[in-house]
Amino acid sequence: MPNLLAKGRLARWSGVAGASLATLTTMAGTVLAAAAEHAPNAAHGGEHASGGLPQLNPANFPTQIFWLALTFGVLYYLMSKKALPRVAEVLEARQERISRDLAKAAQLKEEAEAIMAQVEKSLAGARAEAQGVIAQAAAGIEANNQARQAQLNADIAERLRTAESSIATAKEQALANIRAESAGIVRDITGRLAGVDVDQAQADAAVAAVLEERRG
Amino acid sequence: MDPLHQFQINPLFQIVLGGYDVSFTNSAFFMVVAVAAIYALLVMGVANKSMVPGRLQSLAEMFYEFVANLVRDNAGHDAKPYFPFVFSIFMFVLIGNMIGMIPYTFTFTSHIIVTFALAATVFVFVTILALLKHGLHFFSFFMPHGAPIALAPILIPIEVISYVMRPVSLSIRLFANMMAGHTMLKVFAGFTVMMISGLGALGFVTGLIPLAINVALTGFEFLVAFLQAYVFSILTCLYIRDALELH
Repeated sequence: MPNLLAKGRLARWSGVAGASLATLTTMAGTVLAAAAEHAPNAAHGGEHASGGLPQLNPANFPTQIFWLALTFGVLYYLMSKKALPRVAEVLEARQERISRDLAKAAQLKEEAEAIMAQVEKSLAGARAEAQGVIAQAAAGIEANNQARQAQLNADIAERLRTAESSIATAKEQALANIRAESAGIVRDITGRLAGVDVDQAQADAAVAAVLEERRG
Repeated sequence: MDPLHQFQINPLFQIVLGGYDVSFTNSAFFMVVAVAAIYALLVMGVANKSMVPGRLQSLAEMFYEFVANLVRDNAGHDAKPYFPFVFSIFMFVLIGNMIGMIPYTFTFTSHIIVTFALAATVFVFVTILALLKHGLHFFSFFMPHGAPIALAPILIPIEVISYVMRPVSLSIRLFANMMAGHTMLKVFAGFTVMMISGLGALGFVTGLIPLAINVALTGFEFLVAFLQAYVFSILTCLYIRDALELH
């Protein structure tokens, strides 16, 4: 307990200092007092010439003790019963007010935080909703695109197919015409050159064989 | 010119009670003034019960909290019921000392019988407190525990003497400080007056030296007036702690 020790030392020091000061100044005082008493116009010299220090005159003791007891007793009564409870009341009221205000501030802060959280929550909800709408719209567009793409593809394939088939029939027809014409030309040439009359079926087979050879 | 004249007791009304002279004196008058001033300060201070205290209320609250902290720090939490007692002691000594700083007043704390009676009140109070709280176990206070039994014949008388000397040291410390300070003020003031009456015109110049010292001493006296009230009450708190805790 360094604090306590320091206070004890302070008390002791001031006691010693006070006592030595008292001795010194009392000596000085007594010299002055003696000088004053010897002066012809000393008004109060006679009163306490015998006692020296008025503090050490036992004749004063009863009245001092009596009035000290009375005044200190009254002071203690007034302090403990009246004055101190009133001061304590004021201090407590202030303390109460401060803690009440602090509690109220804390409550308001809590409320504000709750409102803030609610705002954040609804904001997040709105954001999620917006995201949903956007995603839905994107999906719709995508599906629409795909459907149209598919249809387009099918359309193109269909057209390709009809074009190819018409090309094939035209080709067949042309080939058939070529074959028929070729057979006619073959009979004509052989008739004119060799004088052999080749019948229709023979000419057809020969042309078919030659065409087959060429294709292969 | 007599620096001790200020300590003279002068009866204002003669009162004799049961064969004792208990006249209302200048000392008694300033005791009454001190009590009235303390009561007025506290009651008028908190009369408005303001949330934000004014000057007087701040002063009253400051004294209250100062002594409350003093009691809490030095006498412990169990000492709360004795707060009014310590507060009365502190204020009575402090205001008694401060009234003495006003010229032409009387410093009742510069009388050994007054300080001794106050110290004896503290002494009796803490002794009764200790006896009520600890019964006969109180007397173990005079044998520091842990000390070898063989030392008891030496230790116990020392402890008893130091315990019994408490009111003596408590009262002499306050009385000596107050008397010394006030005497010194008068002695230096006396030097100035003597120089003026003895040296004439030159005295007005040389008389300034003790006057300057007196100004410094007056400031110092205010410090002592507060410090002694503080020391008196702090020791009262420590004695109450001893009584409550027995070491």
